[in-house]
Amino acid sequence: MPHLDPKLIRNFCIIAHIDHGKSTLADRMLLKTGVVDQRLMRDQYLDRMDIERERGITIKSQAVRMPWTVAGAEYTLNMIDTPGHVDFSYEVSRSLAACEGAVLLVDAAQGIEAQTLANLYLALENDMDIIPVLNKIDLPAAQPDKYAEELAHLLGGSPEDCLRVSGKTGEGVEALLDGIVRQITPPAGDPDGPARALIFDSVYDTYRGVVTYVRVVDGRLRARQRIAMMSTKASHELLEIGVISPEPVATDGLGVGEVGYLITGVKDVRHSRVGDTVTGQDRPAPKPLAGYRDPKPMVFSGLYPIDGSDYPALRDALDKLKLNDAALSYEPETSVALGFGFRCGFLGLLHLEIIRERLEREFSLDLISTAPNVVYEVTMEDGTEHRVTNPSEFPAGKVGSVREPVVRASILAPAEFTGAIMELCQQRRGAMSGMDYLSQDRLELRYRLPLAEIVFDFFDQLKSRTRGYASLDYELDGVEEAGLVKVDILLQGEQVDAFSAIVHRDKAYAYGVAMVGRLRKLIPRQQFEVPIQAAVGSRVIARENVRALRKDVLAKCYGGDITRKRKLLEKQKEGKKRMKTIGRVEIPPEAFIAALVAEPGAKP
Amino acid sequence: MTRFQIYIHVPYCARRCGYCDFNTYVAPRAERAGFGDAAALEMELAARWLDSARRGGSGRAAAGTAGARLGAGGEAAALEPAASVFFGGGTPTLLPAGELVRLRGAVERIFGMAPGAEVTCEANPETVSRDYLRELADGGFTRVSFGMQSAVPRVLRVLDRAHTPERVGEAVGWALAAGLEPSVDLIYGAPGESLADWEASARAALGVGVRHISAYALTLEPHTPLARAIRAGRLEPLDPDGQAEKYELADALFEAAGLNWYEISNWAAPGHGSRHNLGYWTGAEWWGIGPGAHSAIGGERFWNAKAPRTWAARLAAGELPVAGRDRPDAAGLELERVMLRLRTADGLALVDLGEGGRAAVAQVVEDGLATVRGDRLVLTLRGRLLADTVTHMLAVL
Repeated sequence: MPHLDPKLIRNFCIIAHIDHGKSTLADRMLLKTGVVDQRLMRDQYLDRMDIERERGITIKSQAVRMPWTVAGAEYTLNMIDTPGHVDFSYEVSRSLAACEGAVLLVDAAQGIEAQTLANLYLALENDMDIIPVLNKIDLPAAQPDKYAEELAHLLGGSPEDCLRVSGKTGEGVEALLDGIVRQITPPAGDPDGPARALIFDSVYDTYRGVVTYVRVVDGRLRARQRIAMMSTKASHELLEIGVISPEPVATDGLGVGEVGYLITGVKDVRHSRVGDTVTGQDRPAPKPLAGYRDPKPMVFSGLYPIDGSDYPALRDALDKLKLNDAALSYEPETSVALGFGFRCGFLGLLHLEIIRERLEREFSLDLISTAPNVVYEVTMEDGTEHRVTNPSEFPAGKVGSVREPVVRASILAPAEFTGAIMELCQQRRGAMSGMDYLSQDRLELRYRLPLAEIVFDFFDQLKSRTRGYASLDYELDGVEEAGLVKVDILLQGEQVDAFSAIVHRDKAYAYGVAMVGRLRKLIPRQQFEVPIQAAVGSRVIARENVRALRKDVLAKCYGGDITRKRKLLEKQKEGKKRMKTIGRVEIPPEAFIAALVAEPGAKP
Repeated sequence: MTRFQIYIHVPYCARRCGYCDFNTYVAPRAERAGFGDAAALEMELAARWLDSARRGGSGRAAAGTAGARLGAGGEAAALEPAASVFFGGGTPTLLPAGELVRLRGAVERIFGMAPGAEVTCEANPETVSRDYLRELADGGFTRVSFGMQSAVPRVLRVLDRAHTPERVGEAVGWALAAGLEPSVDLIYGAPGESLADWEASARAALGVGVRHISAYALTLEPHTPLARAIRAGRLEPLDPDGQAEKYELADALFEAAGLNWYEISNWAAPGHGSRHNLGYWTGAEWWGIGPGAHSAIGGERFWNAKAPRTWAARLAAGELPVAGRDRPDAAGLELERVMLRLRTADGLALVDLGEGGRAAVAQVVEDGLATVRGDRLVLTLRGRLLADTVTHMLAVL
C-alpha cells in the first residue's frame, strides 16, 4: 500500500447528544461512501456491545476509514466515534485530540444539550474546525431555523453556515461529506521524525487480545517493529497493524495523520492505556504527546452477590471486565449485612450502571449494590490524613476537617424551568456561578455542586422537575471542605456497615430518620425489642423500635396438627439458615436489599 | 410400653362456622346414618393390620395395599388395649347417643380397653340434652368437652356460634349430674372482642363449675369465610399482641381458681387433665378412625381420605382408607419431640435434647423463656407464648 499523503486525509469526530442521531448519521455515511453494502447494513453498525445498541449510546470509541472523492481527488476520511457521556469525558477528550475537526450534530427538534455544549467547548479549546449540522430535518417537529440561530450564536458566523441533514433519509449527507473535506484542516506532522501515535481507545477481544486504536501524529509505525508505551515504558512487538473499513484490514504500516489499530498480543487494556503515546523502540520519541492521565475512579459502591456462593464467580467476572476497562477498580470487602463482596470504583454513575448490568447480563449474577459514594479526604485534629472510599471506614475520633470532590455543572433547559432547577441545586448544596441565555427561551445555568449530591439521584430529579427537557454536564473542579458527618445505623447497638453514610450535617437527621423508619418496616419482630438507631459518633439522632414478638405459638396442636406444625417449623428452619445476623437480630437478606434499593427520593 | 389410644372423627356439623377449617360437612341424616358401620369396619381393618404387624407380618393380607405400605417400616407397635378414646369433630353429638355408645363398644370389642380408660366426647351445648348426656355416661363415657367459645353474644355471632351463653351452664350441670367430667373450650382474640369481653368469658367458664378449661387463640385459616371477611376489610384483623395479653389474663384467672396450666392451651385442677390429649404431646401412638383422621404408629404418620364418601368407599372395598403417609427423619422426630413436650407443664427432659440443644439451654433460660426444674426444662409464661422461638433455639440437630 503506498504511503498516504496527509493532505488527502481528514480526521473528524461527531459531537452529539444521546438520541440526536449520531449513529444513524454514521451509518448513512458508511453507506454513501460505499464502505458498507446496503445488504450488510445493520443499525448502529459501529456500536459493538449489546448494551450500547440497546441504550443507544456509545461507550467505547471506534474509528472507521471511508473514501470520498471531491473534485476528482480521492480523500481518506477517518471518522472517530466518541462516547457520549460525562463519565467518559476523558475518553472524549482523547478522541477529540485525535482529530482536526468535529461535526457538531444537533437535533433540529431539540436544540443543543449540555453535554454537547461541554464537548463543543472542549473542541473549540483544541482549535478544531467545527461544522455545525442540524439533523432530523425530516421530523415534523423540526425547527431548523430556530436552532441554526442558536448554533450561530454559540459559534459565531451566520445561521446559513449550518448544514441540514437527515440521517434517516440521507438528505444532505453528501454535502456534509464534501464539507468535511473542504472545511477541516488536513493533518500536519513530521513524517521523518521519531514515531508518535496517540492511543484513543483500547478494546479487549477474546481472540486477538487487546486491540489498540491509534492516530499517528509523527513518523511511521510498521508491522513487526518493536514499539514502546511511553507512560509505562513497556515494549511489545507489533503483531499486526491496520485500518478499519469497517472491518479490520491489516496494512504494512501507518503514517502521519493515519488512524488505525495495533495488536501486540497483550491481554489487558491496562498495558495499552487511552491517552498514552506509542513510539518506536529503535528510535523512541523524546517527548510523549500531551494529555495522558491515569483513569481515576470517582464513585464507589459495594457490589455483593445475593447468593453468597456466587462470590468467586463475581471475582472472575470483574477480572474479565477489567481486561477491557482500565478505569474499573475493585478490592474485596466484607459486610456484616451483605457478606463477601467488592468495593468497586467507577468513573461515574453510568459507568457503575453499565458494569453492574454487564455483570448481571453477561455473567448471570444477581447483585446488590450499596449506595454510591465519592472519595472523602479526612484530616484529624492531630493532623493525620485519611482517604475514605467507604463510609464504614470513616475514622472515629476527633475529625478536624473533611473535604469532598466538587464539580462545575452546566444545566441547559427551557427558561420556564429556571425556578425548579435553582430550587433543586440549592437543596443539593449548589452555588450558582452564572446564567446565560442561549436563545430567547433557553438558558444555561452554571453551578458548583458537591459530586456526592450528583451521584445520588440528581439527574433523575432534574429530569422529573423539567419534564425531561433539562440536560446536564459536569466536570470535576477540585475538592472543598464541607460540614460532613458519618451517620451510622445501629441495630440493638450494633453497627450495620452497609447503611453508614457520609452526609452533610444539615441532612444527617433526615437521612437517619428515613433509614431508621425504612428498616423498622422491614425487620421482622424478634423475641426481644430491637432498637434501630441512627447515630453521628456517639450521639443518637433518630430511633425506632421493632416491638418484641409476644406470641408465635400455635394454639391447638392435636393429631394432624402435629405433622403440619412440624413441617412448618422445618420450613422456617430452612429460612433461618439464610438469615443474616447482626448481634442476635435475625434479618432476612431481602430486608437489607429492600432497604438498600428503596426508590430514589426516599433518600434525603 | 407405648400408650395406645383411639381417636374417632365424626365429620358432620349442623352448619359450618366461619373460622373453622376442620374436615367437616353438613350432610343429610341418611349419610350420617352410615357412619357408624363404616367406622366400625375401619376399626376391624386397623386391628387386623396392627395384629399382623405385631406378629411380624407385613399386614398385606389384612389391610390390602395401603396396609402393606404402612408395614414397610416393619416396626409397628404391639396391639395394646386403648388407654383412651376421643370422639371429636365436627359435632359428634349430631349422632344419636346410642350410636356413639355403640362405637365405644366397638373399640372395646376390637382393640380392648385398658382398665379405667378415659372416653371423651366433644359436644356443642345446643346439641345435647339431659337424657343424651345420661345415655353417654351409662354407655361408658367419662368426659364431655363443651364448645363454649365465649360468653359474649356479640363474639359468638362473629364466630357463627348459635348457642346462648346460658345454655353452657345448663349443659355442664346435666353432665355433672350424669357423672361425666365436663370441660369447656374457649376461643379468644376474635375480631371485635375486647379485653373486658374476654375476661367476662373466662370468668363465666370458671363460673359454670368445670375443673378443666381449654382456651385457644383464634387462628386465622386462609380459606375460611372469616379470613375472607378480614381480607375484605369487613372485620378487623387479628391482633397477636392482644391475644398474648388475653392469654396472660386467662392464665392468671385460671391459676387463681385452682386450674393449673398443664399444656399451653389447657388448664385443669390436679388430676382432671385430659389423658387422651396429653398422649399427643408425650409420644403416645394413636389410630385415627374417620374421614381425614391422622394416625401415628411406630414413628410413621398417616392420614385418611378426607371426603366421607371416598373414605367409606375404600372401606367398603375392604381396604384401609389411607391417603398419605410421612416418616420423619431423625431431625424431624427430634423437632417434633421438642415442639410437643415443651407444650406441657412437665416440660422436656434435658437428656432428650441433642448436643446443640443442650448448648442453647443457658440462652433460653437467660432470655426468660424457660426454667430448669430438676432435669427438665419447663417454659415460663413468656416462653409458652413464644414456644416456636424456643423450639427453634433447642431443636438444632
